[in-house]
Amino acid sequence: MEKFQKLHGVAAPMPLVNIDTDMIIPKVFLKTIKRSGLGVNLFDEMRYDRDGNEIADFVLNQPKYRNAEILVAGDNFGCGSSREHAPWAIADFGIKCVISTSFADIFFNNCFKNGILPIVLPQEQVDLLMEDAERGENARITVDLEAQEITTSDGRVLPFEVDAFKKHCLLNGLDDIGLTMKNVSAIDAFEAKAQAERPWV
Amino acid sequence: MSPKTLYDKIWDAHVAHESEDGTCLLYIDRHLVHEVTSPQAFEGLRMAGRSVRAPDKTIAVPDHNVPTTLDRAKGIDNEESRIQVDALDTNAKEFGINYYPVSDVRQGIVHIVGPEQGWTLPGMTVVCGDSHTATHGAFGALAHGIGTSEVEHVLATQTLIQKKSKNMKVEITGKLKPGVTPKDVTLAIIGATGTAGGTGYVIEYCGDVIRDMSMEGRMTVCNMAIEGGARAGLIAPDETTFEYVKGRPHAPKAGQFEQAVEYWKTFYTDEGAEFDKVVTLRGEDIQPVVTWGTSPEDVLPITATVPSPEDFTGGKVEAARRALDYMGLTPGQKLTDIEIDTVFIGSCTNGRIEDLRAVAEVVKGKKIKDGMRAMIVPGSGLVRAQAEEEGLADIFKEAGFEWRLAGCSMCLAMNPDQLAPEERCASTSNRNFEGRQGYKGRTHLVSPGMAAAAALTGKLTDVRELM
Repeated sequence: MEKFQKLHGVAAPMPLVNIDTDMIIPKVFLKTIKRSGLGVNLFDEMRYDRDGNEIADFVLNQPKYRNAEILVAGDNFGCGSSREHAPWAIADFGIKCVISTSFADIFFNNCFKNGILPIVLPQEQVDLLMEDAERGENARITVDLEAQEITTSDGRVLPFEVDAFKKHCLLNGLDDIGLTMKNVSAIDAFEAKAQAERPWV
Repeated sequence: MSPKTLYDKIWDAHVAHESEDGTCLLYIDRHLVHEVTSPQAFEGLRMAGRSVRAPDKTIAVPDHNVPTTLDRAKGIDNEESRIQVDALDTNAKEFGINYYPVSDVRQGIVHIVGPEQGWTLPGMTVVCGDSHTATHGAFGALAHGIGTSEVEHVLATQTLIQKKSKNMKVEITGKLKPGVTPKDVTLAIIGATGTAGGTGYVIEYCGDVIRDMSMEGRMTVCNMAIEGGARAGLIAPDETTFEYVKGRPHAPKAGQFEQAVEYWKTFYTDEGAEFDKVVTLRGEDIQPVVTWGTSPEDVLPITATVPSPEDFTGGKVEAARRALDYMGLTPGQKLTDIEIDTVFIGSCTNGRIEDLRAVAEVVKGKKIKDGMRAMIVPGSGLVRAQAEEEGLADIFKEAGFEWRLAGCSMCLAMNPDQLAPEERCASTSNRNFEGRQGYKGRTHLVSPGMAAAAALTGKLTDVRELM
């Protein structure tokens, strides 16, 4: 997995609440058997008309946000399905960090498996970053995972929380399966005990 | 020992390893797999030279992409869909996991097949690369959706890296009034708590209304825990649960069954156990409901009128404005004046035999409205067979419904069953998101009885008026 350490980039504002995974990547794109190449279809139904032409006023179609690396979003971002195609599409587009007041659980977890940092902040701070993002490409935001700090374009510093284990994995680009395999003896022992106690499982 | 919740007990019984920071390896008893979220996971195993650790605990069935028309034995027209289903066929064989192919009468929606075959049992951990895995919580199993990276992790290690969620209790007291169903209960809960109300929690549903429900009804309630933001929904197992499980192909056999029941009976919330959040609804207050917007929290009783964006606060004002525009609705319009052109009955929420019986009760001896497209898609081949045996299928066909083969179908419209732009559907499924049932399609979530009523009248209808 790609490491996430420090990011200095343009943030795109998407203040709509309850942006669901069907909006992030509509189901017609779930038929792939690959992980890559979904960025072009990120937010497809909001981003293109039926003929495939870009809808000019959609945020990621505006010249100033085309290279956005951060998304500042409304509450409950990523609700809905478990499709990891959602973070795959976000990462493939080039967005590495999403900031909101809350995220759906499964989406939140899926982000960390794909080198994306989801950050939860209180409403006032998200509002502040949303304003910053609305100022366009001149308003670059810095996200420092090691220090757990966001620096706005005018120098304000906002600290954020992140799970220590997830932070460690993101900083070092660690593969979960490899880490778990180090505890394989604990899994073996659990399985043997469970087999004795609950033989029907 | 301090009192524990049902969730605490299942969690504690499955921790295979705990790190100093509280991150756990949770052992997974059942891993359900479908064709959409698994190909990249199997490919990952192949690339790393890994095998499936517990193939006997892994169960796969294609459901999202499969055609539901009667001629599906001829194969899948859409090339991408066919490749995905073929990939599952190949992966199931190559990795030696339990498999129900499209041609098998037991094939169906993964969350209907698991319980039906007795794979899902009380006190278990169950995961699947699908958010509606919450369904299995009806058995008192900790069940939740995972992403594809986690699917690969479970295939390789039979564990998940997890931190414990918080405990939330949703109690439904009293009794339901006639015409009010488990679907209305689960939608009413989401209406009360919002789609993020359960985020970070595992919900335990309890109270007399839940106790009085059949397993089918309990599965409907737990199925939509995810729409309330909760990772999982749980209901403590009881005699209703044990009776349902008994005799199913993969349930414990005689002799062992009694031992299992004794174990399962330990899975309940202890007196005095603490919940981080408690929500209580009175069963008597719940009415038949319908969604008007594009989020499952946009719920109102069928007797209400379409709300106005100004009825809301914060970010919901703009979301409501967008939803009304998308849905083509006007504030103040009576919900029962909304005309419907499509009815979809099925899905992992409402594709079980009891749901079909509820539909038959409403439509028996009647005809659906002229020009209405109405389809009934049973949740599994066995549900279909049972409905035929009980004479329900004849009732549906005589009323004018299309009687389909099993699959996810128009719940998410990955197969050819889709809405055209601006078509309006009364649907027994679980999500009314923009584009969910087809590009620009409009979805109103309802119970099976309400969907049946809408098929007859051509409008959203209070099923109680037809009873």
